[in-house]
Amino acid sequence: MNSGMVTAAYIAAAILFILSLAGLSKQETARRGNVFGISGMALAIVATVLGPGVTSYGILLVMMGIGGAIGAVFAKRVEMTQMPELVAILHSFVGLAAVLVGFASYLDPDTVYLGTERTIHDVEIYLGILIGALTFTGSVVAFGKLSGKLGSKPLILPNRHLLNVGIGVGCLIMLFLFIGAAPDGEIAAQQAAYAAGDTGKGLGTFLLVVMTLLAFAFGVHMVMAIGGADMPVVISMLNSYSGWAAAATGFMLSNDLLIVVGALVGSSGAILSYIMCRAMNRKFLSVIMGGWGDAAPSSAGAADDSDEPQGEAVPISADDVAELCRDADSVVIVPGYGMAVAHAQHPVSELVQKLKADGKNIRFAIHPVAGRMPGHMNVLLAEANVPYDLVLEMDEINEELGDTDVVIVIGANDIVNPSAMENPDSPIAGMPVLEVWNAKTVIVSKRSMATGYAGVDNPLFIRENTRMLFGDAKDSVQAVLQAL
Amino acid sequence: MIIGVPSETHPGENRVALTPETAGRIRSLGHTLLVESGAGQASDISDEAYREAEVEVASDARAVYERADMIMKVRAPSDSEVAQLRSGQILVSFIWPGQNEGLMSSLAERGVTAIAMDSVPRISRAQKLDALSSMANIGGYRAVVEAANQFGRFFTGQVTAAGKVPPAKVLVIGAGVAGLAAIGAARGMGAIVRAFDTRPEVAEQVSSMGGEFLMLEFDDADGAGEGGYAKTMSDEFIAAEMALFREQAKEVDIVITTALIPGRPAPELWTTDMVESMKPGSVIVDLAAEQGGNCKLTRANEVVEHSGVKIIGYTDLPSRMAAQSSQLYGTNLRHLLTDLTPEKDGVVNVNMEDEVIRGATVIKEGEITWPPPPPRLSAAPAKPAAAPVMPDLAKAAEEARPSNPWVAMIVCGIALLAIGSVAPPDFMSHFTVFALACFVGYQVVWAVTPALHTPLMSVTNAISGIIVVGALLQISASSGFVVFLAAIATLIASINIVGGFMVTQRMLKMFRR
Repeated sequence: MNSGMVTAAYIAAAILFILSLAGLSKQETARRGNVFGISGMALAIVATVLGPGVTSYGILLVMMGIGGAIGAVFAKRVEMTQMPELVAILHSFVGLAAVLVGFASYLDPDTVYLGTERTIHDVEIYLGILIGALTFTGSVVAFGKLSGKLGSKPLILPNRHLLNVGIGVGCLIMLFLFIGAAPDGEIAAQQAAYAAGDTGKGLGTFLLVVMTLLAFAFGVHMVMAIGGADMPVVISMLNSYSGWAAAATGFMLSNDLLIVVGALVGSSGAILSYIMCRAMNRKFLSVIMGGWGDAAPSSAGAADDSDEPQGEAVPISADDVAELCRDADSVVIVPGYGMAVAHAQHPVSELVQKLKADGKNIRFAIHPVAGRMPGHMNVLLAEANVPYDLVLEMDEINEELGDTDVVIVIGANDIVNPSAMENPDSPIAGMPVLEVWNAKTVIVSKRSMATGYAGVDNPLFIRENTRMLFGDAKDSVQAVLQAL
Repeated sequence: MIIGVPSETHPGENRVALTPETAGRIRSLGHTLLVESGAGQASDISDEAYREAEVEVASDARAVYERADMIMKVRAPSDSEVAQLRSGQILVSFIWPGQNEGLMSSLAERGVTAIAMDSVPRISRAQKLDALSSMANIGGYRAVVEAANQFGRFFTGQVTAAGKVPPAKVLVIGAGVAGLAAIGAARGMGAIVRAFDTRPEVAEQVSSMGGEFLMLEFDDADGAGEGGYAKTMSDEFIAAEMALFREQAKEVDIVITTALIPGRPAPELWTTDMVESMKPGSVIVDLAAEQGGNCKLTRANEVVEHSGVKIIGYTDLPSRMAAQSSQLYGTNLRHLLTDLTPEKDGVVNVNMEDEVIRGATVIKEGEITWPPPPPRLSAAPAKPAAAPVMPDLAKAAEEARPSNPWVAMIVCGIALLAIGSVAPPDFMSHFTVFALACFVGYQVVWAVTPALHTPLMSVTNAISGIIVVGALLQISASSGFVVFLAAIATLIASINIVGGFMVTQRMLKMFRR
């Protein structure tokens, strides 16, 4: 294959990737979309391998074989509740690969850039490694938090904003030093310097390594400071970063396919982050700057003394829940992270099938930030064989909740908190929430009366039409099933 | 503890405090049950049915009073019943401590503990043992049935071959539990239902039952008192109210009045001149008959006729539906016992720290503990003061948004020009690709349904493994270290590609209709 054919193959691959994302717009076309993606990837790899400049087939095949096998095992073994972890660790791989490719590109003695090209190339390498490095450690920390290996509490270092700014400024200064490390003068003089072996890469490599370490530290620090329920934003953001890292790599290698894919992934992640932030009514920056943890107590405290509605939560037994469901015509289930934690999706699905068989209008209401990553609840329900046309988004169902007989909230808290709409002093004021309290009866399955991630009391629990079904979500749902 | 249930001795009282259904639940709390033979007769419950529920049937009331530690009844005990109680016994029944001072002092003399089902505090947690509400519900329903019985026409409108029948018009005064039940029942029979209440906030409940809420054009129109009951209103208010009723009296066929103010005689709402202005054949059901009636002409437990209008003053409406009433009252008692027996070990603990039990207990071991201290918690939700503030918030958000897209565009354009002025053409061509790809990505990803956001992330994960192409190009480099770096990059990027696509495929397979 000559380079023209490779480029043609890349164009085809890029189009296939775009079609792949476009296919995900509907469930019906989603699987075909994934096949497009696979074909695009296969085409790109084959074209690259057969193209000019690739000769070491042995090591290449071995590495791809091992990597592919590891990936296949991951994909087979992972449980759907662990999807956020898997996605996080895959992000970290992209980041690490970008770092490695960046270093390799800088150290590759076979390519020589001079003058402005050299400067631009150096900037591209620098940025590629920077983004890749912080994606890598950020994702590893996110993985640790999601898998429970690290605590999900935000870790707040003193002066952390100063620390971040310091790292940023340090990286910027080093960028200029790094560019300056290349031999200067006229093109001819630079060529002479190269011929003499003075590439300036000794100092450059040192600077790159220091910057990489700084970026590693920055990635760790950034994600450590973010709490559990902000994870949907963090994962989307890291998804975006991994795209930008790939795009930067594309620039440094002058490879348009990488640029296209990087841009696709980067904007995809950015949009997801935006959607998640909007769903929580938070500014992207304030999420990145750290959790609700530090801001919440003061304002929550201020709200307490005023006309905070007081009352008592009314517990309910599983038998009575079954009774209510039996008498109801329409039931809406609102799942949250608690359902994932308790692995309750299968009994929930059974409950749904049973009620559906009895002719009830039963549906699910999904808040955009329910769970730990975008679309998490949908995947869990799909795994438990819940038909997807029963699963509705917040905007689709919010208006209908008023006509619903029974709403069952399973392991969710902040996303059904009425104070977001009614109490302008609440830390979550203005966040769009599922208006479950408009239903005739609300059953909340929860382990305790503890507050949700936002640390805000939920007046829903003490509303007159709310009943609390205390206990582990899975056990509770199973008890209701038994009673039915 | 042995719980005894004697027959009701009050004439015409058909209810009973225990049903076989509730018996099973009460026994599971560790109690033993004893019922007087024939107690359930009027509620269609035979002794045999009690025996089947493992309730012991005693031959007469004396045996019940002698053996039981706790007596459960419906009506407040008569003097002869009080005489049979002994010190230390617990009595659960309606007592009406406010109206029955004599009964209270004689009960205290006997040294019993008395729990009054009419004094259960009106808070959310106590709803399930609120016998007043369950009886009021039945009363409201039965009021409509009695009205229909006396009313000479259809409730529902019909168009028949013999001509058109207009629907009956029903006016319900007081939209409490009984009023709402009456609205529902009358609506169910096809009548046009209007309702009035001094508390404007019940308008929503009225319309949810299918009734039309009559609004009073009046400033100080909030009549909600403590505990959700109505309170006495000002003179101007009453004048406006009366004017409204006079207007309605000419139109409506059925009037059901349910207005009660706790601890006071019922207010007179339906005056004699209103009765006289009603069409002949109209019916008035006065649910407040026991407390003197909302209509002066009402006589308790009788149907009287005045200028062609029948006025029903039955005070035993729940008893007229004894099977239903007994079942609901029995369930209320069952919930009370659940609260009284927290350990489910058959030991009754009259815990005066518990707000509900404290409120209902009017005599504790011979000592009068009524009235209870005012409730600490209110079931009414705080006033939604937030409502007017919300638009401001929305407005603030509007303002905070970057108002002018042109500014951003011009800034971007200048930045692009700046880059273009120094960058080589090669870079600019790549940058073109990059910028266009960002826009394509933006358009495509917005179209993705939120349900597929997780597969979207895993697929973007897989395709960002395209970075392997960079590694593949470097793997044939001449420098050993570069090859090493590129090999590792290839390895991990391959994990991404295969893992990402496979897990996406696995997920997408699970989505089904």
